[in-house]
Amino acid sequence: MKEYEIPVPRGTMTDDPAEAGKIASTIGSERVVVKAQIHAGGRGKGGGIKVAASPEEAEKAAHEIIGMQLVTHQTGPEGKEVNKILIEEAKEIRQELYLGIVIDRSRHSEQPVVMASAAGGMEIEVVAAENPEKIIKVGANPVASFSPFQGRKIAYGLGLDKPLVSELSGIIQKLYRLFIEKDASLVEINPLVITADDHFLALDAKINFDDDALYRHPEIAGLRDPDEEDPLEVLAKETEVNYIKLDGNVGCMVNGAGLAMTTMDLIKMAGAEPANFLDVGGTASPERIERAFRILTSDKNVRAILVNIFGGIVRCDRVAQGIIEAASNMDLKLPMVVRLQGTNAEEARRIMAESTVKFDVAEGLYEAAEKVAQMAH
Amino acid sequence: MSILLDKNTRIVIQGITGGEGSFHAREALQFGTNIVAGVTPGKGGASFDGLPVYNRVSDAVEKDGANASGIFVPAGFAADAILESIEAGIKLIVCMTEGIPVLEMVKVKKALRGTDCRLIGPNCPGITTPGVGKIGFMPNFIHKEGNVGVISRSGTLTYEVIFQLSALDIGQSTSIGIGGDPIVGTTFTDALELFENDPATDLVILIGEIGGTAEEEAAQFIKEGMTKKVVSFIAGQTAPPGKRMGHAGAIISGGKGTAEEKVKTLREAGVIVEPNPANIGMAAKQSLQAQGLI
Repeated sequence: MKEYEIPVPRGTMTDDPAEAGKIASTIGSERVVVKAQIHAGGRGKGGGIKVAASPEEAEKAAHEIIGMQLVTHQTGPEGKEVNKILIEEAKEIRQELYLGIVIDRSRHSEQPVVMASAAGGMEIEVVAAENPEKIIKVGANPVASFSPFQGRKIAYGLGLDKPLVSELSGIIQKLYRLFIEKDASLVEINPLVITADDHFLALDAKINFDDDALYRHPEIAGLRDPDEEDPLEVLAKETEVNYIKLDGNVGCMVNGAGLAMTTMDLIKMAGAEPANFLDVGGTASPERIERAFRILTSDKNVRAILVNIFGGIVRCDRVAQGIIEAASNMDLKLPMVVRLQGTNAEEARRIMAESTVKFDVAEGLYEAAEKVAQMAH
Repeated sequence: MSILLDKNTRIVIQGITGGEGSFHAREALQFGTNIVAGVTPGKGGASFDGLPVYNRVSDAVEKDGANASGIFVPAGFAADAILESIEAGIKLIVCMTEGIPVLEMVKVKKALRGTDCRLIGPNCPGITTPGVGKIGFMPNFIHKEGNVGVISRSGTLTYEVIFQLSALDIGQSTSIGIGGDPIVGTTFTDALELFENDPATDLVILIGEIGGTAEEEAAQFIKEGMTKKVVSFIAGQTAPPGKRMGHAGAIISGGKGTAEEKVKTLREAGVIVEPNPANIGMAAKQSLQAQGLI
């Protein structure tokens, strides 16, 4: 935001509560705000944001927040440990607004859309559901830049007066430039406040970046904080396996994302809960299968495994050999159901049946899910 | 008859000398597909299994009358490859590449507006018309000629469904993978409209998944303008919100794009939504039988 000259409060980040008092006096404002730095919204309600009227109070707040397990509606019930805080100047606020840019996927839009609302501070999803008329939307053409008239359209729509109109229009243009130049999929300033002395200030912001564009933004890829991610998902990323951890006890390995999601649904339908989403990729080579098994079995909740491969270009007999090799290399003990369908499936089933590694073989999709669900119970 | 591909389709493969491009071009040739040329910038003048390779798509259009293109180039070059084909006057572009930045696709869609060019994908397995040919990489052996149209956002799940159909002796008119990205060239609604107007198609299978509103928009179209029966399955009932499930477009965000909502909207539009993915083929067969179409 600073890089794009969007007005933000003066502040400094630290992980040392003893530093907080000194930072507060350097900032020099009458009051400061101490904010927990985690990747989740709703921090204020959970006690992760505190206002301090003196450096001593700031230090006290810092001691309370650093090391706390902060629970918000976005962290899940276990919460997230706070390691860092941001201390910034507190300003007197006259009004809170919402300003955001997203890619609108709907068929007749398919372009970035700037959204603004006078109902700032609230979750925009709630406003959209309950009072959609309170959100002003303006579509933007990524080939042209965002025009001043579009900014005015939003500012007047929010009921703002003269000097604020051009200031807001300027902020929107800068934010739009950030969105395009950084390949964002969402930028959100919530709240964007109007201070008592009639200026705008971005008090809190969230930016999502397009994973597929990270290759051309090393500065953004460098912001990644593995501490904020599930350790198994971090390992999966490093080994290029597409894996998402879930809460169940049936591990699954599938080729293709759509079939992987469907396999999770089938496990649920058969009365068990999936432990993960895992797409080994279209080729399902032996090396990838072994890497995938290692990630799957690192999840201690997993009690049974379902392998579901549809052999299109990839031959099922080769996949079967890959599974057997990986399972014996790893001395895999967990019960497992293997379903191979498509190219050379019969040959694959024969290989599986003859191997010394223990598998249960299934032909049908639902049959496979039912078998593995029983094993997990 | 069928949609998009027919005997007059003359295909150029962009990226034909690459690993993916060459393998799948050969598979397509075996399937009987009319590939007339390949393009790889810098390899112009070479030959691929007797086919000419050019530096530019426009060469394939001028010299070999290419009117369709299949794109197998890496993500960083794919948007440019699509734009090159649009500019060369290609009428049907099928882009298999996964991982094109969304903002690039926003620009591509702007470039498509006002032209008579159709884009399928990106991040898709392509299209197949049994008996005519294919652009993409759906496995050859699963297909069978017939009267069911298949539209899907996925790859292997689509093969699974086509395989179920063929095993039940139900053939397909055309199968289209529209792609798993947030912004794609041809939406469910566009594809439904093509099948509705195709005399060779009697029933359509729509395989959707979480994320976005394409299924809801399709439901609207079905309710208002579709006379043919639609059988559907939506993947991702158990997907957690806020996580990208493999496909860039498969994400529930801000409570929107859930499987539950999509199933409900499709049912309200009169679509047969099959909850068990193992029974999609059977659901289609029963509907065809009930209508006396097989």
